[in-house]
Amino acid sequence: MKRRTGLSWLWFSVGIVYFFLPLAATFLFSLKGKKGVLSFAAYRNVFVDPDFLKTFGFSLEMALLTVVAGLVLIVPTAIWIQLKLPKAKPLFDFLTLLPFAIPPIILAFGLIRTYSRPPLALVSSPALLVAGYVIVSFPYIYRSVDSGLRAMDLRGLSEAAQSLGAGWGSLMFRVVLPNLRTALLSATFLTLAIVIGELTLAVLLAWPAFGPYMALMGRNRAYEPAALAILSFGLTWGSIGLIQLLTRTDKEKGPGIGTGAH
Amino acid sequence: MTAHAERPKDADNDATASLGGAAPEPRREFPAGAPGPRVGAQRKKKVSWAWLGPILPWAGLVPFLAFAFLFMILPASSIVVGSFQTEAGAFTLDNFAHLFRPSILNSYLVTIKVSATTAVFGGLLGFLIAYAISLGGLPKGLRSFMSTFSGVASNFAGVPLAFAFIATLGRVGFLTVLLRTLFGFELYDTGFNLYSFWGLTLTYTYFQIPLMILIIEPALDGMKKEWREASESLGASSLQYWAKVGIPVLLPSLLAAFILLFGNAFGAYATAYALTGGLINIVPILIGAQIRGNVLHDANLGFALAFGMVIVMTISILAYTALQRLSSRWVK
Repeated sequence: MKRRTGLSWLWFSVGIVYFFLPLAATFLFSLKGKKGVLSFAAYRNVFVDPDFLKTFGFSLEMALLTVVAGLVLIVPTAIWIQLKLPKAKPLFDFLTLLPFAIPPIILAFGLIRTYSRPPLALVSSPALLVAGYVIVSFPYIYRSVDSGLRAMDLRGLSEAAQSLGAGWGSLMFRVVLPNLRTALLSATFLTLAIVIGELTLAVLLAWPAFGPYMALMGRNRAYEPAALAILSFGLTWGSIGLIQLLTRTDKEKGPGIGTGAH
Repeated sequence: MTAHAERPKDADNDATASLGGAAPEPRREFPAGAPGPRVGAQRKKKVSWAWLGPILPWAGLVPFLAFAFLFMILPASSIVVGSFQTEAGAFTLDNFAHLFRPSILNSYLVTIKVSATTAVFGGLLGFLIAYAISLGGLPKGLRSFMSTFSGVASNFAGVPLAFAFIATLGRVGFLTVLLRTLFGFELYDTGFNLYSFWGLTLTYTYFQIPLMILIIEPALDGMKKEWREASESLGASSLQYWAKVGIPVLLPSLLAAFILLFGNAFGAYATAYALTGGLINIVPILIGAQIRGNVLHDANLGFALAFGMVIVMTISILAYTALQRLSSRWVK
């Protein structure tokens, strides 16, 4: 027994080293922006670069549009299926998880080929980028929403609400959505974290987004990319750590919530 | 636990039951006279529902299905169609002949090698860490920390991850310089190069390990303590337990996880693009160059390349689903 715990500690430590050595090294590297001293010069350079704000703002805007479009597509459909059409669930599961199996590079290629000529020449419209992002975030949004729905008794709640005279509108906005709050927040933060730094679709559809901006910095600068990496990690950690905290407190109420795996 | 777990099931049953009988109806035991006109109205409604009953609920799915078709199914299938066409649109199989050019074949080999190596290394380390935190007797707090961190780290990919490894192990990276100044050890004299095979492998492994932890944790939780106790009380050694019980039970989950990791690395574009500046010869990078039109001037080659990738991914999904079905016998 003792020996087994010892081995456990060993593998746990190996994991910690693999995960944190690059982060620590990157952080220290990012402080070398000024010769001879440790400073936050690289971070200052990042923030004063007008392109940083411009591209980050663009990506944030795209990400917010993605969140809205994705939630509008997924949430009512998921609720509808659970209440009215349970036999469509396998199809819905399949279609929302399918993007995991389609690499973004393939999706980008297909979108460009399909929408670069009439009748649907969308390729120069940001709508196509958002549409691609919505597809990419389907699995993330669906997993959050599905686990949220499974943790509540949707059928019981809707019957109770309707027997008290609630219509569809008040059922959705006053009963179902408030109960899905945590799930909706997780979906939102996860989508933001994934879309803001996304590179593949943005580069191939030629948009001045944050991902391509970072890649360009990587070619031209030495310390600023390290600062960007730390900032991005902070962003990812902030949004996903927050979600895990939110869902963890929910988890105690019911076992229906899945892990964050993908 | 059981009360909670059963509730959704009941809800599902109710739903299917009421689906067969069209929309939920008010009970009929009411004396016919009492709410007179309302009953009449309900009856009228019931007739129309019975008509549309089976079709109407599908109407609620139209927006989602239309979107998924337009922006996922249609683009993905356009690649399959395109790989059978000449530039003029006529049917051809020539594109596939290109796949067997030595340079293309080689890029497939490199991609498969990177994906398999990272899936094995990442999978093995991820499994050992997951085992340590779930069954290995470590304090509970470490487990929730590692799980949370894995959720973050498995999504920490792409450009920032590449930057982190350049800052750590690049030519002037922190660790490279540290090794030189402390031990006089020249990492790049050993043949190591962050911008080629081993660098890519090391970098991909960073997101493969946490992904493995997240995938395999539920399977490990499904390993019942009783199995181990039973085999020990029958005199089995630890080795025998693993050979006869542990590994056979876990094998489908392990293989499924391996396939998932393989596919995850096979399709990765952003990390490789940012790490190597698009100079490494792997399939996603070649497809990207093809789309941007600045390397190969053979438009239909892009389709063939992408089609090859679609095939690899399809085989992976089929194998994954089959294995999942096998492993769900044990992991509930």
